[in-house]
Amino acid sequence: MSHPDNTQLVEDAKRQLDEIVAREDPLKPKDRLAIPFQEIPSQTPEERIANMDEVALGYTPEQARVESLRCFDCKKAPCVDGCPVRLDIPGFLRAAGEGDFREAIDIIKRNSLLPAVCGRVCPQETQCQLHCTVGKSLKDVNKSVSIGRVERFVADWEAEQAEQDLPEVKPETGRKVAVVGSGPAGVTVAADVRREGHAVTLFEAFHKPGGVLMYGIPEFRMPKRIVQREIDTLRTMGVTVETNFVVGRTRKLSDLIEKDGFDAVFVGTGAGLPKFMRIEGENLVGVFSANEFLTRANLMRAYDRKNADTPISNARKVAVLGGGNVAMDAARTAVRLGAEEVHLVYRRTEVEMPARVEEVGHAKEEGVIFHILENAKRVVGDEQGRVQAMECLKYELGEPDDSGRRRPVAIPDSEFMMPVDTVIVAIGNDSNPLIKQTTPEIETNRWGNIVVNENGKTSMDRVYAGGDIVLGAATVILAMGEGRRAAASINELLASE
Amino acid sequence: MNRILFKKQLAEEIFELKVEAPLIASERKPGQFVMIQLDTDFGERVPLTIADGDPEEGSITLVVQAVGKTTHHIADLETGDVVENIVGPLGTPTHIEKLGTVVCVGGGVGVAPLHPIAKALKEIGNEVIVIIGARSRELIIFEEEMKAIADELIICTDDGSYGMKSLVTGPLEEVCRRDPQPAMAVAIGPPIMMKFCAETTRPFEVPTVVSLNTIMVDGTGMCGGCRVTVGGETRFVCVDGPEFDGHLVDFDNMMQRLGAYKPMEEEAHEQCHLDKEIEELKEK
Ligand SMILES: Cc1cc2nc3c(=O)[nH]c(=O)nc-3n(C[C@H](O)[C@H](O)[C@H](O)COP(=O)(O)OP(=O)(O)OC[C@H]3O[C@@H](n4cnc5c(N)ncnc54)[C@H](O)[C@@H]3O)c2cc1C
Ligand SMILES: Cc1cc2nc3c(=O)[nH]c(=O)nc-3n(C[C@H](O)[C@H](O)[C@H](O)COP(=O)(O)OP(=O)(O)OC[C@H]3O[C@@H](n4cnc5c(N)ncnc54)[C@H](O)[C@@H]3O)c2cc1C
Ligand code: SF4
Ligand code: SF4
Ligand code: FES
Repeated sequence: MSHPDNTQLVEDAKRQLDEIVAREDPLKPKDRLAIPFQEIPSQTPEERIANMDEVALGYTPEQARVESLRCFDCKKAPCVDGCPVRLDIPGFLRAAGEGDFREAIDIIKRNSLLPAVCGRVCPQETQCQLHCTVGKSLKDVNKSVSIGRVERFVADWEAEQAEQDLPEVKPETGRKVAVVGSGPAGVTVAADVRREGHAVTLFEAFHKPGGVLMYGIPEFRMPKRIVQREIDTLRTMGVTVETNFVVGRTRKLSDLIEKDGFDAVFVGTGAGLPKFMRIEGENLVGVFSANEFLTRANLMRAYDRKNADTPISNARKVAVLGGGNVAMDAARTAVRLGAEEVHLVYRRTEVEMPARVEEVGHAKEEGVIFHILENAKRVVGDEQGRVQAMECLKYELGEPDDSGRRRPVAIPDSEFMMPVDTVIVAIGNDSNPLIKQTTPEIETNRWGNIVVNENGKTSMDRVYAGGDIVLGAATVILAMGEGRRAAASINELLASE
Repeated sequence: MNRILFKKQLAEEIFELKVEAPLIASERKPGQFVMIQLDTDFGERVPLTIADGDPEEGSITLVVQAVGKTTHHIADLETGDVVENIVGPLGTPTHIEKLGTVVCVGGGVGVAPLHPIAKALKEIGNEVIVIIGARSRELIIFEEEMKAIADELIICTDDGSYGMKSLVTGPLEEVCRRDPQPAMAVAIGPPIMMKFCAETTRPFEVPTVVSLNTIMVDGTGMCGGCRVTVGGETRFVCVDGPEFDGHLVDFDNMMQRLGAYKPMEEEAHEQCHLDKEIEELKEK
């Protein structure tokens, strides 16, 4: 696939917009279908593998308008049903199409607190854009209206304006709420609860707030300045951010209520417990969880080898196990850190890969070698215990399993060796067990997820939870949705007392 | 603000630091550790055991051996300086129980983390035998503190410059031969020392607790970088430990993993010695 020329994309959009604006008669659906789909300008694969900067550069105002004008403004708006927080998608696209970006962002912000984030990382092709009538008409989901890209554009546009309206904060109520964990779920709760005038303290175990957005998702996909901006907004609203504070250890959850006088607590501690495969050789030198590899690279900035004190392995030949966003991020980070070969090993086929389609495409463009229907059997080391190779097995798809996906079955005697010096395991995360271990009174299910009712409340009085700690490893938008629900319950509880 | 209240050199490259950290001071228990980071953007997070804590003063005591870049920078801090990030107390506290006679073995800087454990074991009513060892006389630390709590204190050095000339495993074996046998051994020090302590007690079937010092990143169970093989199973030192049954730990694998970043660390370490020498030359 040849990489589209950015200048050309921008020029085309200008011309297309001029033509549309010059029309006398209103656009009919047929006309809208004829408007060309807007590719997003991005760094070429050759450029971007040599830096950590964001791959997609973002739409120009003209592109955002042209793309928005592709929307039919459907009466039933099936896209809205696909969005977990039910953004008024036709509404904001209409405003954006008219060039009223202020109105567009205001509409989005009624439902979403993190549009610059969700516009970038939502799996749009399985959510809003899956149901889009334009995509259906063109018989290609990848030609649906680029809802996420327009959302991202208007959010970025707002950030560049001199004046930004801060969410209004009601007069102080004198009530106090603790939010544990500063990922998307926690950030959402902090904002929504603070707006009602309650004092909010956001506790974060790490030295930097932001959760997975900060330590997991790499800069080239989720610029840290955007995460930082969200945290800065919270601080301006009057939220206290306490970093280096591990609830359960620095202070027990129950002490927050009983001793420190918090009226309610929200737990949004995420799914930070890496799964390993339980195969031979898994603890050899050179086998990492994706969490470790990505945390060293992102949060600890090890990619900046000159300035950072935290080392990262000099991975030359890398195998990444898994097929989700985490696996793509690890593989693409390894490419950027200078690996010669990066192999992505997934035991099902590309159709079943849970990663965003865009990231799979980007990974391939960047030279990641895909091995589908293969899986690791054991890791082989040398005398110093360093990884030398990975023994793999070939698979085929059998009968559908509980998840409805066809079950991968190992092909007997299909073993082969893959010479590598680094193995990165990205087969998922379980929920972080720290709260459970230090708070026996909180109810969890057999996967260690905290159990909540329909209001996001846990089994403990005044304690709510949401995000990955409840859902298992899920998505940013779901974490945000859960946060909004729990925040509403907390606000209701405090108002009723 | 994590201000340094007090600093003292205990031996060559070993320093004691008292740092302001009120919440940690009041929550911490023997066996737990903190993670320290000197620079929020580029600093490394290093684990250090809490050697002592004073809830009244709101301070914790750390004993640091300068082995690499970050520990050197910690050692260079002076009273009044501020440590940007400290998080803790982390790890599962030591299980303290009255058992009878307990032998506590500390090697090098490991004597510091051993001290609160020995003290707690003593306070609950155990008879505590302490063995401390180092390469030579100058490297023996915490002798007075240990003398104050131990029912019996045995000191040994590799070169015989102080106490008996032996590795700690010598007197440990002798103690295991006694009748009655010690009910438990606790060994903290370099991995190789802990490995051989565990080998020494194994034939006597004396349960032996070791405190592992693996490489860590977050210290909260998120990265798996600290994992070790214990009894054939993968365990995370930062949350499941740092203490484990020494007879089940795969020390060879642990030591290999500790060396994972050796080439890069050595380079950084050398660089910081070079920088220091240049500084000193400049001053002259
Ligand atoms: C590499 C990677 C790529 C991903 N890519 C995508 C993507 O493209 N699209 C998408 O939608 N989703 C993606 N996800 C998933 C998404 O990031 C998560 O679903 C989302 O971040 C969950 O939000 P959360 O608020 O529940 O928790 P988290 O973001 O996990 O935040 C939890 C926070 O709580 C802190 N914490 C934990 N325990 C404690 C404690 N005891 N005391 C204080 N603080 C504590 C943690 O340090 C962390 O900062 C990705 C995840 C990873 C790891
Ligand atoms: C739970 C725990 C408690 C600890 N308590 C103390 C303590 O109380 N006092 C103290 O001085 N040290 C303690 N350590 C060890 C300390 O964390 C390391 O010495 C430190 O991380 C080294 O960092 P550096 O950047 O200075 O050196 P690096 O450049 O990272 O390493 C320099 C050399 O030290 C070795 N090394 C690296 N990490 C460790 C490690 N974790 N343990 C042993 N050797 C290592 C390397 O192989 C290398 O040869 C503890 C470690 C753990 C896991
Ligand atoms: S929040 Fe996500 S799912 Fe909803 S419209 Fe935006 S990109 Fe689509
Ligand atoms: S389904 Fe597509 S075309 Fe219809 S309103 Fe939604 S975005 Fe517009
Ligand atoms: S240090 Fe990361 S899991 Fe233990």
